[in-house]
Amino acid sequence: MSTLIDGPQPPSAVGSAGARASRLHIPAVPARPGHRSDFGYLSLSAAGALPRPAIDARAADIGELAAGLVRVLDDDHRPVGPWHLPLEPSVLKTGLRHMLLTRAFDRRMQRTHRQGRISFYIQSTGEEAVSVAQAMALRPGDMLFPSYRNQGLFVARGVPLVDLMCQLLSNRGDMCKGRQLPVMYHSGPARIFSISGNLATQYPQAVGWAMAGAIKGEDHIAAAWIGEGSSAEADFHHGLLFASVYRAPVILNVVNNQWAISTFQGFAGGEQQSFAARGPGFGIPGIRVDGNDFLAVHAVTQWAAQRARANHGPTLLELVTYRAEAHSTSDDPSRYRPRDDYQHWPLGDPIERLKQHLILAGHWTESAHQALSAQLEAQVDSSWAEALAQGTPEQGCSLDRGLMFEDVFKDMPEHLRRQRDALAAERG
Amino acid sequence: MPQMNMIQALNSAMDVMLERDPSVIVMGEDVGYFGGVFRVTEGLQRKYGEHRVLDTPIAEGGIVGAALGRGVNGLRPVAEFQFSDYIYPAFDQIVSELARLRYRSAGAFWSPVTVRTPCGGGIRGGQTHSQSPEGIFTHVCGIKVVMPSNPYDAKGLLIASIEDDDPVIFFEPKRLYNGPFDGTPDKAAVAWKGDPRAEVPEGHYAVPIGKAQIVRSGAALTIVTYGTMVHVCEAAVRDTRLDAEIIDVRSMIPLDVDTLCSSVSRTGRCLIVHEATGFSGFGAELSATIQERCFWDLEAPIERVTGWDTPYPSAFEWDYFPGPARVAAALRRLMSPP
Ligand SMILES: Cc1ncc(C[n+]2csc(CCOP(=O)(O)OP(=O)(O)O)c2C)c(N)n1
Repeated sequence: MSTLIDGPQPPSAVGSAGARASRLHIPAVPARPGHRSDFGYLSLSAAGALPRPAIDARAADIGELAAGLVRVLDDDHRPVGPWHLPLEPSVLKTGLRHMLLTRAFDRRMQRTHRQGRISFYIQSTGEEAVSVAQAMALRPGDMLFPSYRNQGLFVARGVPLVDLMCQLLSNRGDMCKGRQLPVMYHSGPARIFSISGNLATQYPQAVGWAMAGAIKGEDHIAAAWIGEGSSAEADFHHGLLFASVYRAPVILNVVNNQWAISTFQGFAGGEQQSFAARGPGFGIPGIRVDGNDFLAVHAVTQWAAQRARANHGPTLLELVTYRAEAHSTSDDPSRYRPRDDYQHWPLGDPIERLKQHLILAGHWTESAHQALSAQLEAQVDSSWAEALAQGTPEQGCSLDRGLMFEDVFKDMPEHLRRQRDALAAERG
Repeated sequence: MPQMNMIQALNSAMDVMLERDPSVIVMGEDVGYFGGVFRVTEGLQRKYGEHRVLDTPIAEGGIVGAALGRGVNGLRPVAEFQFSDYIYPAFDQIVSELARLRYRSAGAFWSPVTVRTPCGGGIRGGQTHSQSPEGIFTHVCGIKVVMPSNPYDAKGLLIASIEDDDPVIFFEPKRLYNGPFDGTPDKAAVAWKGDPRAEVPEGHYAVPIGKAQIVRSGAALTIVTYGTMVHVCEAAVRDTRLDAEIIDVRSMIPLDVDTLCSSVSRTGRCLIVHEATGFSGFGAELSATIQERCFWDLEAPIERVTGWDTPYPSAFEWDYFPGPARVAAALRRLMSPP
């Protein structure tokens, strides 16, 4: 064996790493358990401070949008600035409803996991505005390529909760026929692509879908979401490159919730510059937006959608938010960040902010909010009962095990047919 | 002697190597401050610092490429992939680069990278947290491929891998991290504590790469297996009361052909068991090699028991997993061929 201390050296080894202090830069992490939260690293712009350019703007001319932060709601929940495109109160209330339903669904499924009735779950708490506002700013024909933390897309597109719950239960109603880990949903009719366990793969795929739309002369666009941690994968860069080369009608979203399991966003490159700033390097406009500001998220998504539909090409959006809960039911964030970190998050909670905005504008009241919350919780409960009617975990797997061999190919080849029969014989 | 589970044994191997050799560095997603999602690198960053135990971006191709470069420049990287299902973004860096650097540069450049990665099912992980891709990498010339089945071997083989000047892919059957698992999910989980294979010396020792181990001697037939399936096969042998010899391959490349073949020549019958899909799996190589050497001693065709040729389905995990019943049925067939 060769080491730097003794024995033969690798031929190109120089010096001794052990002899001198390392000069390598290691990204800083603002606060670990036992420390005070510190969000001083976040660059924030005042609400309303950034311009809203024309949809055919060149990436190089709007670099400030990639470095700053587009915000519409100010600290008093008043909408300000050029990105405030007034939306009908009914639209805002629908958005609030979708966000509340997403959160109620998450809470309930988390509890269900604790009771041992589903094997795994991922919450999107604190990030509801990302999926809901973006889905609402797009058209039903647009194709969505989500990550595993975009359940709000399914809610906003009206996919019944029962369908999602049956997937979590792997029962007779499971759209994935028992093949996928819980939360790896899809919906053909709602145009939401199948979620992969392998990070970032959906990015170039969304670009390809959008390219096909352009080739066919359609005006549907595509949108994809990944976490800032996943933006480290090569597929992120493949997506940007293809989108740039062919000016594909696609919206590429990076959801920067600050954490990738235990890894702080600095380790994905966020310390040097924003994630939105990756766009201009490819000639793609990058816009960094307050991801907890429903109005701002809606406005930038609409801008990017208009740009794509008018054939001016792709946009990279960075949605700045915070992962309020654990990464998943397998994770314990108190091991790597301050327990109360989220309480100090400067951009607040997306539901609370939209609620306060609506109250301030005279379209909403505290009691209406309570009543809606109660109604949505009841909806979650009744959906859960409906889902259980298609097979409970206590009854064991309610799906035919032969399904395991289907859909590997369109037609089952001989060797799989033999294996299916062998399994059936084994199980009697 | 201290008792360790497999997680502790692997941790101890890296601890020993970081201590002994300043060129050893550990890197991977969540391995530093957090200590890894399976806790295998717990405490190492605290002890050896952020410069030797590095958190990395989520970029497997980058992890291998950068490990290769560090290795060329005198370090000895141990890179973790969070799940072996996530090794594929690094495929080109492993297959075209890591495996062939020494060959293509006629020995001018080489890189002693160890890639550690948890594999196998049994944790309700579905198709992207359960795969056993070892066979894919045994088809590549220039990397060693190993898989331990107990804490003692885990530590000794990992030390040998880190000390090895060739790249090694080190597969860790995650279902064995906390205890020997015999393939019956409904039984209460058994811990490593009290198992003789969990007696692990604190200090430095190596289990040589390239040596199989006979874990049970027998005369009636030979079972050739590795990883989690070693324990499943032990259960099947108990159930069938056959006098089977069980061999833990441990090292797929290089392969200890002599140990395998002298056993099969003695018993005349051979069952090959692995969790990975069967078609073009490593069992095919085992079967061909054994058949070439032992043909005239065989009294029955060599059989294979493997995972089905489908992705690993989440809800049908225990229908997919080649459990003791499937192994036992094959054992009976082998003993009385039609
Ligand atoms: C190719 C690949 N590598 C590693 C993993 C393991 N993994 C799953 S989620 C995750 C963190 C992703 O973080 P981020 O992209 O920031 O999204 P977030 O979970 O914060 O929404 C990791 C490392 C994986 N699923 N796929």
